[in-house]
Amino acid sequence: MALMFAPSHFTAVLLFATFASVVFGVTQRSTPKAMVRYGLYCWSMFVGVVIVASWVMWLIRR
Amino acid sequence: MASKVQVPAKAQTTSQGFAYSALILGWLVPGAGHLLTGRWVRSLLLFVSITTMFWLGLAMQGKLYAPNTGDVLEMLGFAGDVGNGLLYAIGRIFDLGHGAVQIATADYGTKFVVVAGLLNFISAVDAHNLRIGRKA
Repeated sequence: MALMFAPSHFTAVLLFATFASVVFGVTQRSTPKAMVRYGLYCWSMFVGVVIVASWVMWLIRR
Repeated sequence: MASKVQVPAKAQTTSQGFAYSALILGWLVPGAGHLLTGRWVRSLLLFVSITTMFWLGLAMQGKLYAPNTGDVLEMLGFAGDVGNGLLYAIGRIFDLGHGAVQIATADYGTKFVVVAGLLNFISAVDAHNLRIGRKA
């Protein structure tokens, strides 16, 4: 079976954040509006923390 | 003083039949537990998210953990992988997920598969809560 996918590190982060946030939003809230809001919050936290951590590692390396 | 604590709407059972059917079905097929409770939009979102994450993990040359390897970390990885239910069984039957250490994103792929399984556990428990009326 020809399964092959080699994303960049940041693309992998975006995919991970998107799918995990959808599941968190759907399972952790009861109303559609709250689900969307919580999903967006989780997504921004996933991506935001990665960007901050990346810059911290860049600063440590210098 | 106002409180933001959410109180469950109902404590009693609202389902008919086997109470754990949504839990088991939701574990075997991502989102199927929600479909059983009539929430087809949630079911579709969960199915697409978890299944795509699982297959992307394998496509990134991620690894499917096997049971009884003797290594604690491998056993923990197996516990996460088992959360994928039938997806994991299909992967094992078709001998997928050997892992490729020479590819940088292969380790990410392994994590994608494990996290997909853990997310499916959360999804199955949520379906069970919907089934028994603990969640609206």
